[in-house]
Amino acid sequence: MSPVRRLLHVSRPEWPRLALAAFLGALAIGCAVGLLATSAWLISEASLRPPILTLEVAFVAVRAFGLGRGVFRYSERIVGHDAAFRSLTRLRVLVYERLAQLGPSGVPVFRRGDLLTRLVADVDASQDLPLRVVIPAISALLIGTGSVVLAYWLLPAAGIILAIALVIAGVVVPWLTTIAGRRAERRSAMTRGRLSSEVVEVLVGSGDLLAFGTADAAIDRARETDRELTKLSATSAAASGVASALSVLAIGTAVVTSLLVAIPAVLDGRLPGTALAVIALLPLAASEAVVAMPSAALSLASVRTSALRVSEVLDAPDVVHAPAVPTPLPTGERSLQLRDVRARWAPDGPWTIEDITLDLPPGHRVAIVGPSGAGKSTLAAVLLHFLDHEGSATIDGVDLADVSDDDLRSVVSALTQDPHVFDTTVAENLLIAKRDATDDELLAVISTVHLDAWFADLPNGLRTPLGAHGTGMSGGEQQRLALARVLLADRPVVVLDEPTEHLDTATADALTTDLLALTQGRTTVFITHRLVGLAEVDEIVVLEGGRIVERGRHTDLVTAGGPYSRALALDVQAGDL
Amino acid sequence: MKPLDPRLLRYARSTRAFLVVAIVVGALTAVLVVLQAYALADIVTGTFQHGLDVDALRPALVALAAIVVARAALAFLSDWAAQRSSARAKSQLREGLLAHAVQLGPVRLAQHRTGELATLATRGIDALDAYYARYLPQLVLAVIVPLVVGLTILGLDLLSAVIIAVTLPLIPVFMVLIGMYTSSRVDRQWRTLGLLSGHFLDVVAGLPTLAVFGRAKSQAQSLRNVGEEYRKATMRVLRISFLSSLALELLATLSVALIAVSIGIRLVNGGMDLRVALVVLILAPEAYLPLRMVGAQFHAAAEGLGAAGRVFDVLDEPLPVVGTRTDVPPMLGARFRFEGVSVAYDDDRAPALERASFVIEPGRVTALIGPSGAGKSTVLSVLLGFIAPSEGCVQIESAEGVAGILDNFDPQVWREQVSWVPQSPYLAAGTLADAVRAGMPATDDEVAEALREAGLPIDDAALPFGLATPIGDAGAGLSAGQRRRVALARALLRPAPLVLLDEPSAALDLETEARVVAAVERLRASGCTVVVVAHRPALVAIADVVVELPTVVVEGAVLS
Repeated sequence: MSPVRRLLHVSRPEWPRLALAAFLGALAIGCAVGLLATSAWLISEASLRPPILTLEVAFVAVRAFGLGRGVFRYSERIVGHDAAFRSLTRLRVLVYERLAQLGPSGVPVFRRGDLLTRLVADVDASQDLPLRVVIPAISALLIGTGSVVLAYWLLPAAGIILAIALVIAGVVVPWLTTIAGRRAERRSAMTRGRLSSEVVEVLVGSGDLLAFGTADAAIDRARETDRELTKLSATSAAASGVASALSVLAIGTAVVTSLLVAIPAVLDGRLPGTALAVIALLPLAASEAVVAMPSAALSLASVRTSALRVSEVLDAPDVVHAPAVPTPLPTGERSLQLRDVRARWAPDGPWTIEDITLDLPPGHRVAIVGPSGAGKSTLAAVLLHFLDHEGSATIDGVDLADVSDDDLRSVVSALTQDPHVFDTTVAENLLIAKRDATDDELLAVISTVHLDAWFADLPNGLRTPLGAHGTGMSGGEQQRLALARVLLADRPVVVLDEPTEHLDTATADALTTDLLALTQGRTTVFITHRLVGLAEVDEIVVLEGGRIVERGRHTDLVTAGGPYSRALALDVQAGDL
Repeated sequence: MKPLDPRLLRYARSTRAFLVVAIVVGALTAVLVVLQAYALADIVTGTFQHGLDVDALRPALVALAAIVVARAALAFLSDWAAQRSSARAKSQLREGLLAHAVQLGPVRLAQHRTGELATLATRGIDALDAYYARYLPQLVLAVIVPLVVGLTILGLDLLSAVIIAVTLPLIPVFMVLIGMYTSSRVDRQWRTLGLLSGHFLDVVAGLPTLAVFGRAKSQAQSLRNVGEEYRKATMRVLRISFLSSLALELLATLSVALIAVSIGIRLVNGGMDLRVALVVLILAPEAYLPLRMVGAQFHAAAEGLGAAGRVFDVLDEPLPVVGTRTDVPPMLGARFRFEGVSVAYDDDRAPALERASFVIEPGRVTALIGPSGAGKSTVLSVLLGFIAPSEGCVQIESAEGVAGILDNFDPQVWREQVSWVPQSPYLAAGTLADAVRAGMPATDDEVAEALREAGLPIDDAALPFGLATPIGDAGAGLSAGQRRRVALARALLRPAPLVLLDEPSAALDLETEARVVAAVERLRASGCTVVVVAHRPALVAIADVVVELPTVVVEGAVLS
């Protein structure tokens, strides 16, 4: 199924509303056509000076058409937007459910903020499909057909002429515009890319350019590229001009040729004289039906790009599979065991971690260290069952792959690199971890994670909004809020996945101390690339290239002279003054 | 939004030429519209009333065909000119922006979120195409056509002209009135709408967090509910804001209907000629058409102007007054005396550097230390002439005893004697050698030597293509550490007597740091004055003077 068709399919329950909007849109244009056609007939007839009563219906019709156009247009926009918003919600829910199923590890959007923003923008852009493509196109089709039928009924030849003109203006011209646009885009893509990096260089790198006296040269380069781009745009300007001209020409020719066939028809009595003005003016009025089609074609092209990216998410392969029939967890003491576990991100990709064997009896605390790319976060994903594994990874004897998601979450919680602060109140942000926590519990946990000073400054206490529309938080404060969630959830097993990654060293070291102190007594997997403060954990596991290269207690490893002791020397030196 | 932003005329000069074209095209279009109505009326009445055949009507039919061709030609001209002018205007805006940006300097420019600005200046202002192609010409037509058409109708039928003259001005009046009435209601809804529309992004971004607590799946229902709320709230706003276009359409079509009815009645009564009636009937909708089109194109145009507006904001920022003296004394052996130097970026925020007084001694290594936000990098910005002190001054005493104030010198000339390793260097796309040379003429051997000194020997396995190693935009393909080493090499290659290093050893391993320290010592040995913003002990250890910001000077101190 093509990505655009898929979008349409998602909005299927809204099709009746879309159809109604398109029908109302057709009525609005129909009123314009009707107004001009009826008026033309009316004054032709009136010039024959019949008794005025015979024209009464026409007088009423003209006024009704005059009134109807605005009213129908207004209703069309209301119904159309309503349907578009309903479809948007459906698509949002569908995308979200798919993302939830894929899990945080399944798609790259959670690793790069710009991809996430773009995905959300792409989903939002899908509104253009009903509003700017489907509704105008159906309206145009309905009213175009109606006008052609009317002309054909009056004089068959005029109907055929009108049909040809409308197809040229409403189908051929938009199609040509789209093709020309795509060509121009392809031709200028390279130059555009170059210009864009040159503009970025001057704006972002102005310091470097000025300091080394190369700013003028960089501006000259950008100017040269800009000239080239302007020159390239000349062809597409001509194409766009030709398209506009063609539209005008098609409708104008229809007027002239309709007259050429209608004049003899009037003279030999096949067409009543009063219909001549109608035949002459009908193409002008009906052209309004197709006037929106070139921009509809452009909208369709951009919706297609967005739909393609949305489809990529919907079609992304699963990296984790929920058990068909989950095995209930026995009431055990919650010990985890990994035996020769390996895992990878793509079904046929290279193994990111291999031969991982790890014992986590209750209360055991282990630190996983190693350079970036060693497989630390992959191990975390396996422990949280965000990623499928091979080998045996069990909790109280049941493999993680057979445990239901709810059961696993009631045992294991985690603190990630970038915990999200939701755009809601402090309380709501914490209640994610424990729905029924009391205010006293929340206040207590805020104090436990040493957020008292920050909390004291909040204007509305627990009801203060945070996140995008609320109070900003520093990176350290965000991590402490996330730690508060973990403590509130009160799970026996905690995975700490590089919680200090984006913090400066002083903040990081203070947080590390608190993390280790506050998770005391729980089974803890502490993943970090900084080796400070690990003296008290039960075991340190050094990962490199996805395999365990060294393991043991801090005191033993320091003297072992292996990778750990070498890396430690560097990290202690790197501490800030 | 102003219909025609005067700043567009000022910063994008091609707009003026385009306006002239649009006015000429608009006037010709208006005349052709009138002529077309006459031709149609003549042909219809010729056959209908006088029984003329195609041969007898040939002149009128040929005239009509000629009008059609002429209108097509005008459509081509208008569209083509719009695209060309738009391309030129965008180019002019970009050119102006880049020139202005460089003159503002990196410190002031940083207030404008440069990454976003760059996107706006390339993709963003593409939305101006719609402004030029569809909005401006319609705006011109909306002024000319009603006037020409209205006067023509006035000459034919007073009553119809009066209907147009009364209703046409009502359209903008009503739109403004309805706009004023609705804007307060719309504004009230706006905050709610903003909150609701961000919800999807918020929930998707928070999905990993929700998943950890097993709450990801339950959020789908909340998305559904918020989507419903958003729809209802938006529809409440739209029901009001679509009213203005309802008023426009109603007025426009009802007036045409009124005119049709009134001429119909007069025709029946014998008070009017069919030819005149037809001309009036064909022309009446044309009087309203451009105004309706302007309304329809308003949003597309607003988007383009919005993007351009952000560019104007930068262009409107006044340029700093910079020194003009080009007789910069040689800096070798020069002393820099900071006398109560404060730097404030803008009035609302605390100064970046406050009353700093210290001396940078010639031929020695001065380390700047202090907590983040103390103004360490700002000191370097002042020495680079990126920003002038808002208070106090930097006195320069050259070896020959010539004194001067840093601000008085032309920064471009001044910077020829300064070399700099920024905190986050920007490397343009090109080869490794290009990045190190940065415009300096130097042999490959010299470049390789500078790289070796900076701790990035080109026979390193990480650089398979040596000096020809390609670098992507903004140093893509190199690690943060490698970028810093390239920036250090770039600075070392430049024979400058004043060398400024901003945290040169951050993100480097011990071995490379040792090379950096050695490089700094070599610079000192060759007589250079070195100022280094330092975090790590190794660099502070070799400093002759340590300046702690806010200013405390420790002579010859060694902190470890």
